[in-house]
Amino acid sequence: MSRKVLRYVALTLGAVAMLGPFAWMLITSLTGDAQLARVDAPLLPDPPTLEPYERLSEAFPFWRFAANSLGVAVVSTLLQLVTSATAAYAFSRLRFRGSGAVFVLYLATMMIPMQVIIVPLFIEMRHLRLVDSYAGLLLPTMVSSFGVFMLRQAFMALPKELDEAAYVDGAGHLRVFAQVLLPLVAPALATFSVFAFMSSWNVFLWPLVIAQTEAHMTLPVGLSLLQGRYSTAWNVVMAGSTMSVLPILALYVFAQRYVVRGITFTGIKS
Amino acid sequence: MTGPRTATAARPTERAKGHAPRFRRSGATRRRLRTALAAAGFLAPSLLLLLGFWIGPMVGTAWVSLQDWNLIGVPTFVGLDNYTELLGDAEFHAALGHTLAYLAGYLPLVLVCGLAVALLLEAKLPAMTLYRATFFLPVISSWVAVSLLWKGLLNPADGLVNRTLAAFGVPGPGWWTDPDWAMPSVVLASVWKDVGFVAVILLAGLQAIPRDLLEAAALDGAGWWRKLRSITLPMLSPSLFFVTVISLINGFQVFDQVWVMTEGGPGGASSVVVEQIVKYAFSYGRVGYASAMSIVLFAMILLVTLVQLRLQRRWVHYE
Repeated sequence: MSRKVLRYVALTLGAVAMLGPFAWMLITSLTGDAQLARVDAPLLPDPPTLEPYERLSEAFPFWRFAANSLGVAVVSTLLQLVTSATAAYAFSRLRFRGSGAVFVLYLATMMIPMQVIIVPLFIEMRHLRLVDSYAGLLLPTMVSSFGVFMLRQAFMALPKELDEAAYVDGAGHLRVFAQVLLPLVAPALATFSVFAFMSSWNVFLWPLVIAQTEAHMTLPVGLSLLQGRYSTAWNVVMAGSTMSVLPILALYVFAQRYVVRGITFTGIKS
Repeated sequence: MTGPRTATAARPTERAKGHAPRFRRSGATRRRLRTALAAAGFLAPSLLLLLGFWIGPMVGTAWVSLQDWNLIGVPTFVGLDNYTELLGDAEFHAALGHTLAYLAGYLPLVLVCGLAVALLLEAKLPAMTLYRATFFLPVISSWVAVSLLWKGLLNPADGLVNRTLAAFGVPGPGWWTDPDWAMPSVVLASVWKDVGFVAVILLAGLQAIPRDLLEAAALDGAGWWRKLRSITLPMLSPSLFFVTVISLINGFQVFDQVWVMTEGGPGGASSVVVEQIVKYAFSYGRVGYASAMSIVLFAMILLVTLVQLRLQRRWVHYE
């Protein structure tokens, strides 16, 4: 009995350590400048104000950054779904020479960190005249070898009899892929979408390098600038952080199952 | 979007030929050809993108690392000059040292805390999913948001942490403004963000351990500690191995939190390898030198991963 109590006490302490900083972020974002400057200021804003949020959107192209982030995340997620699912179909259903070697090549690219290829990738974009453009932001994120791997596992779990029956009925590969198999791996597609969207929404390094004007910056890049410009206005900075966390939080609340599954996928596989 | 269309275009001819009567052997050859064509169509989109924007640049990194190039003029081949310069570059050595120091602080902390949280969450009791969700909040937030959040909390002048410490009569350190505390500040924020990730993966591993094993041990009189050491940890070792490898790989690439919290400062006290790469390539315009750093980083990641794979035989038990 006491053991159960101890467990809850420890977990509650942990939960406070996790939620506390977020609570502080929200509280600070609702605090006015005058109160922020006081050393003996009370912990809770008195009265709460949306003024930091107003300053955020007035002095800063905040909505532009948010729209860029959303657009890039949605488009890159959709494209990753298409490119990953088609490749996954080939690897799980089509027997062709060299498929093993090509698959190993895909797996090997999972080992390449963006941090390592960032310089030549930037040079390549310069040659393509895509520095500071949406295409430049998107191109390297349109493919995910992790997605290929994950969806291939999902396809392999489906019995081969399904597609054989469809072939007998005269269906071609594209129809088997799109109409027979894809609907059956919907949970895996959802898991991967959530994962891809979150990664894209949060990614920092590539947008930092490739987006050079405010027109193409995403939210994380914008936030890091915001902090440089308002180094002491923590309420404005925290308003920006809150706004960047909210959409992901909403996604998490509605799709918790998929979020957790997406992040633990490789863990379970290993 | 051209890829899937190519696949579509290949379809009608294939299907038209599919049911034509023919000799057995040529039918088999044709079928093989048809499958190869279909495979090419289905693979083209991802393969082209991978070659163009991942594998190509990876090869490019190696090539650029052998050049002296400032992006404006023409690259000059300098052989291994960039690498020999790296050998004598004190700033780069410092960045390497800070990266290793980051790992030395981050890795044990995140593994121990993650394991503790996983063990706590592994119980068939009410509200466990809710608790798990709270530990996952930092995981889904961006590094930039988390770094800003902790930069504010650890603000030496009037951050919540130092205000709380002051309330207990403890003078708080200068955190990210103090060279000695800059890296610990980064480690603190990183551990806080990743504990939930480690915990959730280990939790999945814990839940896969057969109940009867633990029950049998309990019947034999094994206590909590004994069960943890002799059953839980060995059975959990594949998951532990996985999170260790992933955390090591990610740790070597530490950048976002450093860039936002300290920019490598103060006075280079928290500079790390990727931050040096970005600085040399995009501020100083020395892309060859920066690429040599990238190759060194990649080699280190590969080496550590290979060593881990070798070592795993000693401590990882697969059923």
